[in-house]
Amino acid sequence: MAQPLVKKDDDRDDEADYSPFLGIEKGAVLQEARVFNDPQLDARRCSQVITKLLYLLNQGETFTKAEATGVFFAVTKLFQSRDIGLRRMVYLMIKEISPSADEVIIVTSSLMKDMNSRTDMYRANAIRVLCRITDGTLLTQIERYLKQAIVDKNPVVASAALVSGIHLLQTNPEIVKRWSNEVQEAVQSKAALVQFHALGLLHQIRQNDRLAVSKLVTSLTKGAVRSPLAQCLLIRYTSQVIRESGVNNQTGDRPFYDYLENCLRHKAEMVIFEAARAITELTNVTTRELTPAITVLQLFLSSSKPVLRFAAVRTLNKVAMTHPMAVTNCNIDMESLISDQNRSIATLAITTLLKTGNESSVDRLMKQITNFMSDIADEFKIVVVEAIRSLCLKFPLKFRSLMNFLSNILREEGGFEYKKAIVDSIVILIRDIPDAKEGGLLHLCEFIEDCEFTYLSTQILHFLGNEGPKTSDPSKYIRYIYNRVILENATVRASAVSTLAKFGAMVDSLKPRIFVLLRRCLFDNDDEVRDRATLYLNTLGDGSVAETDKEVKEFLFGPLDIPLTNMETSLKNYIQDPLEEPFDINSVPKEVKSQPLAEKKATGKKPTGLGAPPAAPTSAADAYEKLLSSIPEFAAFGKLFKSSAPVELTEAETEYAVNVVKHIFDSHVVFQYNCTNTIPEQLLENVTVIVDASEAEEFSEVGTKPLRSLPYDTPAQTFVAFEKPEGVPAAGKFSNVLRFTVKEVDTSTGEPEDDGVEDEYQLEDFEVVAADYILKVGVSNFKNAWESMVPETERVDEYGLGPRESLAEAVNAVINLLGMQPCEGTEVVQSNSRSHTCLLSGVYIGNVKVLVRLSFGIDGAKEVAMKLAVRSEDVIVSDAIHEIVASG
Amino acid sequence: MATFLSREACPTIKNILLLDSEGKRVAVKYYSDDWPTNTAKLAFEKSVFTKTQKTNARTEAEITMLENNIIVYKFVQDLHFFVTGGDDENELILATVLQGFFDAVTLLLRNNVEQREALENLDLILLCLDEIVDGGIVLETDGNVIAGKVATHSIDDGAPLSEQTISQALATAREHLTRSLLR
Repeated sequence: MAQPLVKKDDDRDDEADYSPFLGIEKGAVLQEARVFNDPQLDARRCSQVITKLLYLLNQGETFTKAEATGVFFAVTKLFQSRDIGLRRMVYLMIKEISPSADEVIIVTSSLMKDMNSRTDMYRANAIRVLCRITDGTLLTQIERYLKQAIVDKNPVVASAALVSGIHLLQTNPEIVKRWSNEVQEAVQSKAALVQFHALGLLHQIRQNDRLAVSKLVTSLTKGAVRSPLAQCLLIRYTSQVIRESGVNNQTGDRPFYDYLENCLRHKAEMVIFEAARAITELTNVTTRELTPAITVLQLFLSSSKPVLRFAAVRTLNKVAMTHPMAVTNCNIDMESLISDQNRSIATLAITTLLKTGNESSVDRLMKQITNFMSDIADEFKIVVVEAIRSLCLKFPLKFRSLMNFLSNILREEGGFEYKKAIVDSIVILIRDIPDAKEGGLLHLCEFIEDCEFTYLSTQILHFLGNEGPKTSDPSKYIRYIYNRVILENATVRASAVSTLAKFGAMVDSLKPRIFVLLRRCLFDNDDEVRDRATLYLNTLGDGSVAETDKEVKEFLFGPLDIPLTNMETSLKNYIQDPLEEPFDINSVPKEVKSQPLAEKKATGKKPTGLGAPPAAPTSAADAYEKLLSSIPEFAAFGKLFKSSAPVELTEAETEYAVNVVKHIFDSHVVFQYNCTNTIPEQLLENVTVIVDASEAEEFSEVGTKPLRSLPYDTPAQTFVAFEKPEGVPAAGKFSNVLRFTVKEVDTSTGEPEDDGVEDEYQLEDFEVVAADYILKVGVSNFKNAWESMVPETERVDEYGLGPRESLAEAVNAVINLLGMQPCEGTEVVQSNSRSHTCLLSGVYIGNVKVLVRLSFGIDGAKEVAMKLAVRSEDVIVSDAIHEIVASG
Repeated sequence: MATFLSREACPTIKNILLLDSEGKRVAVKYYSDDWPTNTAKLAFEKSVFTKTQKTNARTEAEITMLENNIIVYKFVQDLHFFVTGGDDENELILATVLQGFFDAVTLLLRNNVEQREALENLDLILLCLDEIVDGGIVLETDGNVIAGKVATHSIDDGAPLSEQTISQALATAREHLTRSLLR
């Protein structure tokens, strides 16, 4: 051993960077590949050349099609040699080149010969190569050999066939599925890895058959599965079966849980961990079930192997999100991991501790983290900041030390994402913890004094403008804000001007001084800054200490309750077709969602009848309004309040497809029937809908607009208008019949016959419901909006919703019933949660804002109870919402 | 449900990398389509290398996360071994594969685990990669068995004696293998 080592050292002195592939060049190697054609093959030389080719490919070099074909054909000659080493390199080369279908044929026979060779290494490798390059047709030829190979007594051969089967199942499932008897036999193999591969393939063959998978698991969990890898697979399949079968309701026991628990005592760490992880991920896992898994994971935490520590802490971290109490036992081990060499482990440990920690440990924890923060990367820091934020929300009393920590790290170096995470956290803390406000705002002020990110500066300035005036001493923030006007770029200056104006508007005593500052901004060299200053100076009054008009405040700083996309569309329309009068913001529709028109695809394609929709409408509401105002009969109804989504009145694939859109006006409703004729041999004329409103007492028909002609596949509309009591959300049921004159059409010429026949077609009923009178209008900050409503308008009541499939289903049902806009993503119900709060906002007919706070709870028997709190600008509307729910 | 699908399948290896002390390729093998081009592969190798460079993975295998992947790695002399799997993969399975690869390479290079030796025996390293994982599925994890498969370079029955030279070149490897098996 010593001899060659010494020799090597000598070599290295001469040429330190020696590599056998130094100066290797593709062209030269391809030339060298000619030795493959020598009549007297030098196996060693050929191996070297193949190695060089593989080296080139491995380094990312590519061969042209011609080069690859050349190499491939040359390599096939090497099947003559009986040198095993060379043959192995040939196999590798063929796999790397991945020959095309017509080339594959050249090697098929050689490979098939190898598949039946007496040399096991040949058999195993030839199977893998052939299956890699083969296609379906060839596969049927070799299927017989593969089936044999699966049950071959040599484990390497069997594994090669099984693994190839797993790959082939993706492309040729029907063939591989025929092998299940052989695979089943291989599952019983004594060779560890054969069992593993067979189990993997068998499960994939049967994965869509729940019963078969369940049987497989039942039989194997009793028997002896030898290889740890196969054991891991079995654990995965077991948890799948558990997930699909659910808890046994009588005993509260979970099938197969005992098996998982037994695996926790397996001798292979891989299996122990797989089982522990499977247990922690069981749906609705109980503390009793969790405990043994947590115990083994805790042992792993103090392992000497980083991989084991990482795996354990990562799993515990996930558990801490749902069951923080279960993980607290590990806290001591977890704390020692904060100083772990591996930073990923340390970060996971810290965030876990932050989730499980209790109030008394916060201070100690923060001290440890402070030392740790300086030497980890930004991505880890963000994780820590987010964890600290949630900790602070959990223990509001500890805000002082946590806020200090955040402001300290805010001053240190860091990239944008990191700084943004910190700023966001401070903002959230200020919003949710009143005591933290003043200190937090000052931290932010100090930060913008030296902030390189324009986006963050403007965000903070905006936030300061909202929160600063409400503090005990607003004047102390002015200095920071005005400094921005002097020192920053135009974008930041502009938002600083807006912030100043907000202070001026909200704090009357500061107004004269703010005016002085704003006047200085009139000389700014940026247009936007000057414009803003001018606007504020002209609207905020005369600069004396006087209260700012409420309407002015609302205009300047109130939230824009119009969706920006609608605003954009309206402005574009206005520019295209400028009118004498100025643009009116009230004309912008407030509906949040814009459904594409059902008939959109047909516009402009064919000659259309009367009342055809205008070309390329940009949003549904917009288009409807144009459409309706273009019909003189309906023009007098006033402003369109809301248009519903289309309601289908026919089954799909019927002769005539009809849907209805309900347009709600203040004292009218208009039903727009979108009709499509799907029969090429027919032309419909004088199409009307006869509406029976006997079950809608408050409505009386005032007019119809028939459709003169409805040719094949050209959607068109007919309308029926009703009068209803003004401002009242009248409800009712309408039944409809389509009446028309049908004419036969000669499909070859497209000419209709002269004579037509009157006919009728029954349509389905539809209803006008309370939700049709509520617009989906979101609010950006529900809490603020809720608090700005008069508390006296609040109406609270509780309802039992009876048994429901799930909490999410109940929440959705109520949202749909009310037809209001869910706010702040509260329409999403976390799976497994037993209670949920949903926030809704909308505008009721008569332009009355309504906010709804729904609290849901579900019990073991799936009975859902709901508490409904409504605030609105009008008490009557609050009551009306309750009526909707009570009757729904 | 989609999130569970991958978990129910076999453990999957996304790639195995063997880089030198400057992060350059010695031998790499990708089994997943996550990195479709050579540029993407090189970029991944670079970020893996930079991220792990300063850590001490010489005694025990280390572990890190990158772009939703878990990477286990081990360094010996001027060689860096990496095995990558998805972020829901069992970390210990990845570590077992890494250990198998590392043991096999150690045996095949007769304990001279360093870049130059690896390049001089690149054919063995490539065969070794081929025997560990096939298309992402673990074939074998025992380093001795893997090295054994790679080193069975005897001539098949009835081959002329003149072709046996290459097997002699590998005799030492086999000898070493048996020694380590007996140990």
